[in-house]
Amino acid sequence: MQHSRVTGIGERPALRIVLVACTMVLMVLILVMPLAVVLVEALRRGIGSYAEGISSPDAWDAIRLTVLVAAIAVPLNTVFGLAAAWCLTRYRFAGRAALMALTALPFSVSPVISGLVWVLLFGLQGWFGPWLRAHDVQIIFALPGIVLATVFVTVPFVVRQVIPIMQARGDDEELAALTLGASGWQIFRRITLPRVRWGVLNGVLLCNARAMGEFGAVSVVSGHIRGLTVTMPLHIEILYNDYNLPAAFAMASLLAAMALVTLGVKALLERRQTAGV
Amino acid sequence: MSRANAQRRAARRGVLPGFGLTFGITTTYLTLIVLIPIAGLVLRAAGLGPLGVWQVISAPRALAAFRVSFVIAALATLANMPIGLLLAWTMVRYRFPGRRMLDALVDLPLALPTSVAGVALTALYVDDGWLGGPLAALGLKIAFTPLGIWVALLFVGLPYVVRTVQPVLMELDRRTEEAALTLGARPGQVFARVVLPPLLPALLAGAGLAFARAVGEYGSVIFIAGNRPGVSEIVPLLIVGKLEQYDYAAAAALGATMLLAALLILLALSAVQSRAVRLWMRTVAA
Repeated sequence: MQHSRVTGIGERPALRIVLVACTMVLMVLILVMPLAVVLVEALRRGIGSYAEGISSPDAWDAIRLTVLVAAIAVPLNTVFGLAAAWCLTRYRFAGRAALMALTALPFSVSPVISGLVWVLLFGLQGWFGPWLRAHDVQIIFALPGIVLATVFVTVPFVVRQVIPIMQARGDDEELAALTLGASGWQIFRRITLPRVRWGVLNGVLLCNARAMGEFGAVSVVSGHIRGLTVTMPLHIEILYNDYNLPAAFAMASLLAAMALVTLGVKALLERRQTAGV
Repeated sequence: MSRANAQRRAARRGVLPGFGLTFGITTTYLTLIVLIPIAGLVLRAAGLGPLGVWQVISAPRALAAFRVSFVIAALATLANMPIGLLLAWTMVRYRFPGRRMLDALVDLPLALPTSVAGVALTALYVDDGWLGGPLAALGLKIAFTPLGIWVALLFVGLPYVVRTVQPVLMELDRRTEEAALTLGARPGQVFARVVLPPLLPALLAGAGLAFARAVGEYGSVIFIAGNRPGVSEIVPLLIVGKLEQYDYAAAAALGATMLLAALLILLALSAVQSRAVRLWMRTVAA
């Protein structure tokens, strides 16, 4: 006994097999089956009805709107995320902790509330409702409201990914560049950005997945006007409530594919990050 | 003199250029996108006065919705703690086929749009679904009952527990475990006394995040819940209902209460976490 290495806890073969088996069962039950059911339900009536489901005019409008909203929200939050991470990790100033907390706040707010806040500001009886109405500006039940709700929900993704990386890296290299005469923009482009780029990509990826998939917040501000304010996640709900299940699941399969691609790319990025490329 | 002061202040703040620009972007953006909307919600609720808010949130239907939201979120989180711990443990300690796939799939609930999760879980758990069928034969109805809400909240909360426990488990020094074993401790004892204590803060943090997410969850729940007032109606759905009746004040009161609850959860969490860390430090030092 003294000569042999101790068997670590959980290393007994029987226990190992049981634990791995439990893990696999849970993975299939919780994670694999919801994905599988989407695909099976989407193809239940055959490939023709699937193609019909994703190529109807309403479906196309939903896809276009979803891509448009993500194309506005993701770049906004990326630029903000980089600026805020730089500001919050490279300087000490009063109120820094409060700003730091604010960047994470939308994560802990219910999606419905993330939509509600915009209705309370810009809705018919909201704070600015009468003024907007007098000037014939429509925010709620229109594109601007959907964009604002999506931006709110996705604020934390990039900034919260980048802050820990910038903190861990420290600012020695940036200070060295400064003493060598580099400008602020040069320091950012040549030193900071290359070091945080995988984190930024990771954040952008998750930000995009959430922007394209946000349901609760968008549902509150959208008004569900077909062809105008219905995004893909909302279109699924409408089709589902119309008992048009094949079309609902066809649309769902597109978003599920988006989620899988997101996870795949994320896994690749993480492998690169740990490889230290 | 004042210039010297300004210089000293700048030096204390940090010497890298770009403070003005990035500080300007950060504060403007956060004010417009986060602060003003949240303030609008709080002010709207405050407009009702304390009594008015109390009347809204203590109405029988609202109280029932709060009970449904918080109790089921807590039960789902309780289930997620051992499940998340198990998944993190097997992924960190064992090598098995499918491990990488599992590692990627754990984040599925974060990447999958909630309405997709909602219709998928409903299709699985209805009485003639893949899982609902066998369970219904056993007399267990999941879809359109509070159990359905539990299933959905379990799904959305899982990644939070796994992803907070996993890195801590990876950094654990296994020599301590081996030392305990050579000193004659049983594996069960080693797990309870050596492995679990340092994992506890992470486990609690993950549980707190999962709970905060579950309490506010909307999309994955409403399809499977059945949404019967008093039985399976969650607070977010009640808020949507108030908005549809243009009762902005009541919606704001419910929303502000949820927001307050979420902030209290996060506060309690950081308190518990630092306490757990202290307890652990003490056992290590002893």
